[in-house]
Amino acid sequence: MNMLWSQRKEALLKVHEYQAKEIFRKYGITTPKEIMCRTVDEVIAASKEIGLPCVIKAQVMVGGRGKAGGIKIAKSEQEVKEYGEKILNMEIKGIPVRKVLVSEAVAIASEAYLGIINDRTANQTVVMACKEGGVEIEEVARKKPEAIYKVYADPLLGLLSHKAREVGLFLYDEPKTAFACGTITEKLYKLFVELDSSLAEINPLVVDKKGNLIALDAKINFDDNGLYRHPEIEAMRDRESEDENELLAREKDLSYVRLTGDIGCVVNGAGLAMATMDLVKHFGGEPANFLDIGGSSSPEKVKNALSILLKDKNVKVIFFNIFGGITRCDDVANGILIAKKELNIKQPIVARLTGTNEDKANEILKEAGLIFAQTMDQGAQKAIELLKGETK
Amino acid sequence: MSILVNQDTRLLVQGITGRDGSFHTRQMLDYGTKVVAGVTPGKGGMEVEGVPVFNSAAEAVRKTGANTSVIFVPAKFAASAIYEAIDAGIDLVVCISEGIPAIELVKITAYAKTKGSRLVGPNSPGIVSAGESKVGILPGHIFKKGSVGVISRSGTLTYEIVDHICKVGLGQSTCLGIGGDPIIGTKFIDCLELFADDPATDAVVLVGEIGGRDEQDTAEYVKKNFKKPVFGFIAGKTAPADKRMGHAGAIISGTSGTAAEKIKVFEECGIKVGETPAEVARIVKEALM
Repeated sequence: MNMLWSQRKEALLKVHEYQAKEIFRKYGITTPKEIMCRTVDEVIAASKEIGLPCVIKAQVMVGGRGKAGGIKIAKSEQEVKEYGEKILNMEIKGIPVRKVLVSEAVAIASEAYLGIINDRTANQTVVMACKEGGVEIEEVARKKPEAIYKVYADPLLGLLSHKAREVGLFLYDEPKTAFACGTITEKLYKLFVELDSSLAEINPLVVDKKGNLIALDAKINFDDNGLYRHPEIEAMRDRESEDENELLAREKDLSYVRLTGDIGCVVNGAGLAMATMDLVKHFGGEPANFLDIGGSSSPEKVKNALSILLKDKNVKVIFFNIFGGITRCDDVANGILIAKKELNIKQPIVARLTGTNEDKANEILKEAGLIFAQTMDQGAQKAIELLKGETK
Repeated sequence: MSILVNQDTRLLVQGITGRDGSFHTRQMLDYGTKVVAGVTPGKGGMEVEGVPVFNSAAEAVRKTGANTSVIFVPAKFAASAIYEAIDAGIDLVVCISEGIPAIELVKITAYAKTKGSRLVGPNSPGIVSAGESKVGILPGHIFKKGSVGVISRSGTLTYEIVDHICKVGLGQSTCLGIGGDPIIGTKFIDCLELFADDPATDAVVLVGEIGGRDEQDTAEYVKKNFKKPVFGFIAGKTAPADKRMGHAGAIISGTSGTAAEKIKVFEECGIKVGETPAEVARIVKEALM
């Protein structure tokens, strides 16, 4: 059971609760009545429309909002103002709260968990249900895996209705509620498949005092590879909450993740890029980043990579580790030359370029003042030595 | 001997008229691969590097006896190309294209199974049986015929490790990249089952990375079922949690799928792990020579 939780956060694109709930409503899954607000004035106006008491919920994409004080029930106008101000000015795990959701308070009779992911071990889409809702579901998976009920969708037929009802019948004894839950499960599955989701989760799914099923919280992540056919989802990306350089890299078709060290790494291929970071660390250095310039790299791409890398002021040495296959070493070499000229790079560059057209590359870079390395071990070691000022 | 591809491989290149398709057709021909056909719908009758192009995979198979296909088709059309190859009766489909949505792969991998075809990838660099056949984009010149099987989730890192294996004086039987996506057609264990029966393979190197638990499952399998020595490397020891490291499948979630966890399970199951690519080759050499 644990295996499933290791795969929950596959996607890069996450959306806020309020956006996930808009999607839920579009697919006919009931949510509380609610309004997204950016200012205290908007919060006050929304509370008048929703009615009191109401719930004010911080919209940040990290777990543990409740514990951090980001979810409050306001019973009076004064509390609406007080909590609205407080939450809109707080930071949760370092992320500033820019939006809140003002939501109808629901009288809860019971809470459950309902979620869908692709199980990468079984190569199948799986629905997971748990009678404990609103809890940290990873915790349940670790401590009480038997409490999570799994139903697999047929890869070719999809989630058949009786399978969806099976989920409902596991969660609820009352047949009417169980079948209503089956319907919600089908809708959630439809949404998951149609929108190329990698996680669709209702946690908690509540039964209110009148017996209605309501999605009290919502979480949807999306598969990056599916975004090309969902511009409406791409438009939901919260650019404010993403690293500026990582966004820029994505626009330039590069893959970049910022770390905290001082050796900037430029590599072709994700696996080799990770192995390069690991190697720098292995020899006692600290990598500044993950940067994959991809397969068929042009000089332009290399220049773009360097310009993103150099926005990180911690970078003191640059280490190129290129194993040319599709990537041509001479393209990389030309990119380095252009970047050196146009970007005024002061940091020393250690270059290990091997494979396709490496001789041409070495010829191009002969006069460029680079430090050459024959192997990646040597390259990493030279970069570290340079940092210590031991060699010139 | 080798696994998956060999001198009997008759290759169909889907997307042969594209930039990557035509370039790698040349490279594969130069390696000695029997590239017998290409497919690009609407371009039937053409020739690329002397290879005849057909409008459909079915026609290509009928006229040339192709038994293996390699896919160089943009992500948007790659799923359709894989189905077409499967329906044409191709036994082995190697998908180089990346960016296919996971939900499509759930369907594709199931469909391949019902039709008895094997899919390698997507997002695979391909397969090389040293000195026999090369299917995909792996640079042919780095391989040397030998007795080490290599299975990897990545591309250039595989080349790095293969290069080290050659430098210590060993060579490869078959080297294949299973692809960096979360949902793939052929996993480590599937490859090990083939290597187990291959007399030319004396040892296997697994090149894994962060994300998922394929490596952990594989380690358990090796411990119980696999008799030949197995060595490992795991990339991403310094990767932070919740960040996708290039590959769609390479992402740590919380404490799961980390390199530390995978290395631990490998070692517990008797798979020696190299700290660096160079060290992997050294420990293989120590064991075999």
